[in-house]
Amino acid sequence: MSKYQEVMDRKSVIMKNALKLDYDKFELDGIGFDYEMMMSDSGYTLGDVIQIQQSFSVGNTPLIELKHLSSYARKFAKDGYGARIFIKDEAQNISGSFKARRAAMAIHQAKKLGYQGVIAATSGNYGAAVAALAAKAGLKCIIVQECFDSKGIGQPEIIEKARACEAYGAEVIQLSVGPELFYEFLNLLEETKYFNASLYSPYGIMGIETLGAEIADECLSKHGKYPEMVICTNAGGGNLTGTARGLLKHGAKDTKVIAASVDLSGLHMASDHDFNRKSFTTGHTGFGIPFTTFPDRSDVPRSAGRPLRYLDEYVLVNQGSVFFITEALAILEGMERGPAGNTALAAAFSMAKSMKIDEIIVVQETEYTGAGKHMNAQISFAKDQGIDILFGNPLKEIPGKNIIFPKSGNDLIHKSIDLMDLRYSYLKRYKDIKLTEEDYEYLGLELKTDKNHIKLWMEDINETKK
Amino acid sequence: MKDDLIKEESKMIPKGTYVEIEKVILNPDERASHIPLDTKKLPLIMHVKGFLCEDGELGKMVEIKTMTKRKESGKLLTVQPFFNHTFGHYVDEVMCLRQNILIEMEDYHE
Repeated sequence: MSKYQEVMDRKSVIMKNALKLDYDKFELDGIGFDYEMMMSDSGYTLGDVIQIQQSFSVGNTPLIELKHLSSYARKFAKDGYGARIFIKDEAQNISGSFKARRAAMAIHQAKKLGYQGVIAATSGNYGAAVAALAAKAGLKCIIVQECFDSKGIGQPEIIEKARACEAYGAEVIQLSVGPELFYEFLNLLEETKYFNASLYSPYGIMGIETLGAEIADECLSKHGKYPEMVICTNAGGGNLTGTARGLLKHGAKDTKVIAASVDLSGLHMASDHDFNRKSFTTGHTGFGIPFTTFPDRSDVPRSAGRPLRYLDEYVLVNQGSVFFITEALAILEGMERGPAGNTALAAAFSMAKSMKIDEIIVVQETEYTGAGKHMNAQISFAKDQGIDILFGNPLKEIPGKNIIFPKSGNDLIHKSIDLMDLRYSYLKRYKDIKLTEEDYEYLGLELKTDKNHIKLWMEDINETKK
Repeated sequence: MKDDLIKEESKMIPKGTYVEIEKVILNPDERASHIPLDTKKLPLIMHVKGFLCEDGELGKMVEIKTMTKRKESGKLLTVQPFFNHTFGHYVDEVMCLRQNILIEMEDYHE
C-alpha cells in the first residue's frame, strides 16, 4: 500500500484525536446524521459564542449603507426599483475578515481542551485569522497552504496570506498544486498532536451565527424590519450556513438567503496549469458547487456547513464584475477592500436593480486588502500570465483566457444557477441505493424540501440513469 | 543575503541562519489517483522556513527547526527569505474602469 493510502486510511482516528469530537454518535441508521444534535453538542448558546468572540475582540462590525452604490444601481432600474444596499464591514475584525469569528471558536475550544497548538488547512483569510487568535491565546500554529505551481510561481493573494500568518508567528507550510494537501495536513496533525481548527467543525460554523444575528438585530432596531435579502459569498458553504442560522435564531424567517460565487467554469481546481490562471482563490464555483452538492468532502467526517439546507437562490458573477464593484466601492464609498470578499457585492448590485426601492439587501462581508490581494495586484498578475483584459459582456468571460469588465454599471449582471440542478447533483450519490423513510426525511432536511419531493426526484434519477 | 553570513570559500551557510527549504512530499507515482494528468506527472512539493540546525550549502540537503520547533529536512532553497509581493504594475484597463464609473456617477461628484 502507498504511504498516501496508509495515511488516508488512518484519517478517522487522526481526526478524532485532533478534534476530540466523536462524530459517530451523530450518525443515524442509513445515509444520514443528526445535524442539529451535532450543532448543539458543544452546549454553546448564541450568547456564549458572542461572549467568547468578545473576549477575542471579534465581531460587532459596522453595517454600512452604501448610498452611492445604491443610487448607481438605481440609474439602471425601473421607477420605484433599486434596493438599499448595505454591507457588513467584516474587514474591521482582528486579522481583517469574518474568518476571525470562526477562528475565535476553534481557538477557544483548542485552549479549553488543553491542546498546545492548532493546525488549519487554508490558503485564505482563515489562515491569518487562526494565526492571529492563536497568537492572542498563546497557542502554536501551523497553516498549510496550496500556494505555487510547478514553475514555483505563487498566487500573489496566497503569498500575502502566508506573510500575514508569519506576522502572527505561525509556521506556514506551502505546497504545490494538488488535493493531497490533505495528506500532509493529516501527517502534521499526527506528528504534532495539535487541534484541527477546521473551517467545517461545528465551532467553525457557530462562530458565524453571530454575524447573521448582528445583521438581523441592527436592521430590526434601526430600520424597523429584517432585510429582504442577505447575500453571502460562497465557497465551502460555512459562511452562508452560519449566517442563515444566525438570522433564523434572531427570528428573520422571511429573509431570503442568497449564495454568490465567482464563475470559474472550465478551470480545474487541481490542475497545475490552471492554478495561476484564476484571479480569485476563493469564493468561486470551483469550491462553491462541489461543497454545496457534497458538503462532506471537507476535512471533517460531517461538515457543519450545509448550504442547501438554507439557501434560496444561487447566483454567479464573473471575475470582471467583481473587480468593477471593488473599484466602485473604493471610489464611490471610500472603502478600499479585497476583491474576493466583494463577490456578493457584485451580485447584490445586479440584484438590487430588480428589487423595490424600499427593500434592503445586505452583503454580509468585506475583507482586508493589501499587497498581493489588491485588485490591481491580481489584474496585473493575470495580464502577466497571458490573460486578456477586455471590456464587454461579462457573461461572455472565459475563465483562464480573459477577464471581461462591464463597460457600465448597466452591464454588470449576474446569472442564476437552477437550484434543481444542485439538488439533483446532490442526490445522484444515492442512485440505486435503497433508501428508507428515515433517509428520505434526512434528505428533505438537507435539501430544504418535502420528503415526497425527494422520492419523486430519486425515482427520476434512478429511471433516467438506467 | 548578508555577505558576512557566508564563508565565501565553501559557500557554507552557517548554522542558525533563517532559510527556506524544499521537500518532496509525494513523488508522481505516489500521488492520488483522481487528479488531472498535468498535476499527476509532477511531485507534490513543500516549502517551509526555519533555522538551520547545522551549517549547510545551497541546493544540498539540510535540517531546519521551524517556528513551532519541529524538525524538517529538505533541499536548501533560499537563504534569509523575504516577501516582495506588490500591488502590481500599472494596468490601463483598471484606469479606464475607474473613469467609466466616475463618468456614470458624475452627478454625485459636483
